[in-house]
Amino acid sequence: MESRKFIKDLTIIRNIPLNARHFILELQVPDEFPAMLPGQFVQVLVENSPGTFLRRPFSIHSIDVQNHSFRLLIQLKGEGTRHLAELTEGKKVNVIFPLGNSFSLPANPEVLLVGGGCGVAPLLFLAQHLHQHNIRPTILTGWRSEADIFEQAEYEKYGNLLITTDDGSCGEKGLITDHSVFQKETLAFKKIYCCGPDPMMRSIAAIAKLHRTECEVSLENMMACGFGVCLCCVTPTLHGNQRVCAEGPVFDIRELGW
Amino acid sequence: MADLSVKLGKLILRNPVMTASGTFGYGEEFTDFIALDKLGGIVVKAVTGSNRYGNAYPRMAETASGMLNSVGLQNKGVDHFTREIYPRIMDFDTCIVVNVSGSTVEEYIEVAEKINELEKISAIELNISCPNVKHGGMAFGTIPATAMEVTRAVRNVYRKELIVKLSPNVTSISEMAKAVADGGADIISLINTLLGMAIDAETRKPVLSTITGGLSGPAIKPVALRMVWQVSKAVDIPVIGMGGIMNAADAIEFLLAGASAIQVGTANFIDPAVTVKIVEGIEKYLLRHNMRSVQELIGALKTA
Repeated sequence: MESRKFIKDLTIIRNIPLNARHFILELQVPDEFPAMLPGQFVQVLVENSPGTFLRRPFSIHSIDVQNHSFRLLIQLKGEGTRHLAELTEGKKVNVIFPLGNSFSLPANPEVLLVGGGCGVAPLLFLAQHLHQHNIRPTILTGWRSEADIFEQAEYEKYGNLLITTDDGSCGEKGLITDHSVFQKETLAFKKIYCCGPDPMMRSIAAIAKLHRTECEVSLENMMACGFGVCLCCVTPTLHGNQRVCAEGPVFDIRELGW
Repeated sequence: MADLSVKLGKLILRNPVMTASGTFGYGEEFTDFIALDKLGGIVVKAVTGSNRYGNAYPRMAETASGMLNSVGLQNKGVDHFTREIYPRIMDFDTCIVVNVSGSTVEEYIEVAEKINELEKISAIELNISCPNVKHGGMAFGTIPATAMEVTRAVRNVYRKELIVKLSPNVTSISEMAKAVADGGADIISLINTLLGMAIDAETRKPVLSTITGGLSGPAIKPVALRMVWQVSKAVDIPVIGMGGIMNAADAIEFLLAGASAIQVGTANFIDPAVTVKIVEGIEKYLLRHNMRSVQELIGALKTA
């Protein structure tokens, strides 16, 4: 289950701003292109950033095996991400990858992907991966407003895209959990994959539990090493404290006791 | 080619670079990144008498040039280590040291006795200083009498090299060093983490679930260097130095201060291959300074 980990200097092929607070880094992998699965993440070293000390973790957003590249979707949070946002084509970043476990393939094709905020990050890769297994998921993403929405076309390539916006400027108005797919007596899905802010994931988990639907979530705990040795990123589970960077970030909600 | 080997009591290490407990797992977690046979030794994650779940999340906070942790000795206990982990790591071609922790003298004795039976373990490192455990650990490491007592109790049962790891959260590190040396320690290692705290100004809450935690990383190096220097003058037994070592120059500073070997800890999180780079860097330094052996650096600090 554990894939081999690499430390490599990756070249930035593209830096694509998406909206005021998000951008994409497309990275070129030299030599061997490791096997990567949706749900996995990477640890990026931020250089010339005196206010930061540890690496910064990001989900793998999408991969291009033929091109030997992959993309990270990054939200601007502080000094570390601000430095990364300024990196231009041709610059290099040192990355440890691939890390963590992955979403498991569903037994049944009726699946729903739910992403809030930059929680959408690992879900594009998941949608890509499901597509390769002839599964066309429903993808539900939540945004503040229409102006914030990005990569609509990318998601529509792989699945049926549903949208909520807080202000109703696009799709259904309200929170992700307000969407009409959840208001039916019988949920139309056999499995839900969810990533986003903790309260949102817990609300989705509650809905899944109510409908006795399988559900996997991707947690985001603060990490020091990111590759399983420091034991800082643990989350409580039925089997004691487990590492979000190693036994996770993907967990079945039953394992979490949610 | 310079000689990098060092002596630590009865132990001979191929080079002075070791890894610190709690930062290198059990060694196997790093085999994707480096060849363990390049290291002088590894000190594995703390082993206690029985299973410990550790502290609640959050267990860490990034700080200026460092980090705080309050992991709380999470491990599955000595029997699990003996049955499941030891067989996997016993054939690593490097000096394997087991860090031993406990809440009572009896627990330290129990763990030490069981590690006695493990042929491929060269030494144990007695952790009397972890500041994250609510009782026991803290008390032993901050009072000379109890530090000596637990050292002596383990010395009576443990047959191989006994390393005692000191806490810096004390009034006189020299006094602590003398106490454990008198208790029968073969080697002293220091420093463990410095007790610290982080607060989130927006939520107005502590960042760590335990409120306080241990500070590590470059921020603590000046304190660690000073303590290694003081301890090296206070005792005759060998000293292993650690605290914020990020590169070969840092490592050499500790050797000059009096350490016979060093441990690299937090730096492993930033660069999992840093230990090998440090070995190579020490080699280059010796070449540059026309030195034949790394042992020429130990305690070679020039003071008036």
